[in-house]
Amino acid sequence: MGIDLQKDNPSIQGDPTNSTTKTGNVGVVTARIDDVVNWARTNSMWPMLFGLACCAIEMMGAQAANYDMSRFGMELMRASPRQSDLMIVAGRVSRKMAPVLRRLYDQMPDPKWVISMGDCASCGGVFNNYAIVQGVDEVVPVDVYVAGCPPRPEALIHGIMTLHEKVKQERFKLVG
Amino acid sequence: MEEMILPTSEAMLDGMTHLVSERALEGETLLLNMGPQHPSTHGVLRLLLELDGEKVITVIPDIGYLHTGIEKNMESKTYLKAEVMTDRLDYLNTMGNNLVYVLAIEKLAELDVPPRADGIRVIFTELQRIASHLVWLGTHALDLAAMSVFLYCFRERERILDIMEMCSGQRMMTTYFRPGGLWRDVPSGFEDAVRDFIKMFPARIDEYEALLTRNPLFLERVQGLGVLTKENALRWAITGPMLRASGVGFDLRKAKPYSGYEQYDFDIPTQTAGDTYARYQVRMEEMRQSLRIVAQALDKLPYGPVRSNNRKYVPPPRSELGVSMEAVIHHFKLWTEGFTPPAGTVYSAVESPRGELGVYLVSDGSPKPYRVHWRVPSFDNLQILPMLAKGHLVADLVALIGTTDIVLGDVDR
Amino acid sequence: MDDSTSTIVRSLAETVQQMVEQFHARVEEFRGDPTLEVRADQIVPVCQALRDAEGFEMLVDETAVDYWPTETPRFYVIYQLRSISRNQLLSLRVPLDGNEPVMPTMTGVYPNANWYERELWDMFGIHFAGHPDLRRILMPHDWVGHPLRKDYPLGYEEPQFTFNYEQIQARKLNPKD
Repeated sequence: MGIDLQKDNPSIQGDPTNSTTKTGNVGVVTARIDDVVNWARTNSMWPMLFGLACCAIEMMGAQAANYDMSRFGMELMRASPRQSDLMIVAGRVSRKMAPVLRRLYDQMPDPKWVISMGDCASCGGVFNNYAIVQGVDEVVPVDVYVAGCPPRPEALIHGIMTLHEKVKQERFKLVG
Repeated sequence: MEEMILPTSEAMLDGMTHLVSERALEGETLLLNMGPQHPSTHGVLRLLLELDGEKVITVIPDIGYLHTGIEKNMESKTYLKAEVMTDRLDYLNTMGNNLVYVLAIEKLAELDVPPRADGIRVIFTELQRIASHLVWLGTHALDLAAMSVFLYCFRERERILDIMEMCSGQRMMTTYFRPGGLWRDVPSGFEDAVRDFIKMFPARIDEYEALLTRNPLFLERVQGLGVLTKENALRWAITGPMLRASGVGFDLRKAKPYSGYEQYDFDIPTQTAGDTYARYQVRMEEMRQSLRIVAQALDKLPYGPVRSNNRKYVPPPRSELGVSMEAVIHHFKLWTEGFTPPAGTVYSAVESPRGELGVYLVSDGSPKPYRVHWRVPSFDNLQILPMLAKGHLVADLVALIGTTDIVLGDVDR
Repeated sequence: MDDSTSTIVRSLAETVQQMVEQFHARVEEFRGDPTLEVRADQIVPVCQALRDAEGFEMLVDETAVDYWPTETPRFYVIYQLRSISRNQLLSLRVPLDGNEPVMPTMTGVYPNANWYERELWDMFGIHFAGHPDLRRILMPHDWVGHPLRKDYPLGYEEPQFTFNYEQIQARKLNPKD
């Protein structure tokens, strides 16, 4: 979607303050609708706060100043599932919590994605017993699994980048 | 497909009618669910509130959403493998959890610990205390809408996590303390990193204090909130900064010193008001005192081995395996079966950032612990939340949860 | 210096000795810590005496151990009492028989035993008579069984390697799991 303003639009040549661009006289851009929609979705994905245990502390660390997640558009962590589109399941999901998790996932509007952060959410982790759900994909469909106990903030950001790659591959289908 | 039984089913609520007042049953007051997923509950805590307008009448905490079955799981693993699970209990005080477990094993087995290992253990435990208090301060202030404090605190915490990663390879769940000492000696950059931190940190605490301590908005919200009297604190077995903010200067590091704490010179900050502001002041001062301990421990750190020589519990260094048959046998026994402490029961407690953290360890002479029970401070501290919240507003609940400094991994085990 | 430490040590031993005489309890010592063994019907008066007369203000911990398949006693309930004023820690043990043991509650003496006893009911099935609110605390409210008992299985998922894949697959209820 790159256009060269100076070359393609003769009306702004010799205009140092770029005032014509600012008034909206850039021209017409054409692109595939898939690309535009996926670009919008990846760059403004709002995660839902679902920090359960230790991975939540690393998720908070990823949100904080050292490994900033706001650079990827995730400035806000919405507490309400109705206003978010990414659920990062960070931490171990116990059998008491599993119905709550499913209920919150159902309350999120489409399109929604799930990142399973950490070993406990991906496969039960260190805990193979009666109390922990062995992998959160028993409850919700997962898009990206991030390994680690807890995964470094950089690993989480890599997981989010992978999810962005995955979203960019999504294609629309004409129904009917 | 069978119906999913959700936690708020009628049967559960019917079993709790004796806990709410009669006005709730008639519908005069509002029953509100502050669910397990909430930005300010610091984990998966569910609070059932009975509200009269904005005023809180009853708070019923519902815990167990993070129950991991650690106590039962530790019974089926050898002592060393079970130590890996101890980090995950109070995940903000990971090295403290390791310390108390390892102290219990050492008490049971009458194992000696070299002084260098003790010194390094103290340094890491105090750094962990500072890191835990930083998370407390960051999230407490974030709940009270002071977001920049959160970012500053996590910036400092990254420095501490860098030190931990330098020594053990892991930022949080280190399992660095082992029975008999440490896993391995600290690398060469350790002392410089810690000294840099000691030099940099006091100015940062001053920064946080400048933002909060005399801020009228902060004071309005926390002064006079959730007053805990001395008698109540003792009756309900509250320990840690909550007890010290109510006037009782009891700290396990001074009362029953472990790991060489008696050699270090530090104060126990105490306040008498017992409200949220007093607890804030106690924890801020504790960070300064912890830094003092770290500086002294680093200066007094002796040279020497970092693990005991008792080959029944500590594996031999790999260089010995090539020359000594006994070393090979010990190595083999330790890595296949694990060490077997004598039968008996011990209770060993340390001062975690939240209070008294204790391990009750029952051994039957086999390589696996027979019963491990964790006495966790957040369990008791959470029990008094209904008492502290009576008569306050809903918005104050958030400040109260922050001031009790609970970690749900601890409470639910 | 020696005198003050020896006074403290004698004080705890004196307290223990008095409890043994007054309530016919037994005492054991391991690694320097004494443990009083008390009968279930006497535990509340013992703790009351310790709290009021000897200054043990806090109930620090209340837990249980299951010694299945030994039936008598099967459970031991253990209390840890701490005295802040005297800086002492005392452990007490209560033996309980059978599969559905009942014992009196400690909430009258130490109110924070409330949640501890709920956890013991949840995890071990020990019923506390007189408890104001005995329901499950850590497990879901409709869970069946008491997880920390020794005859309760760990409930782990068997790892499927290539050599035992077929056998474990045949045992599963739902082949897609």
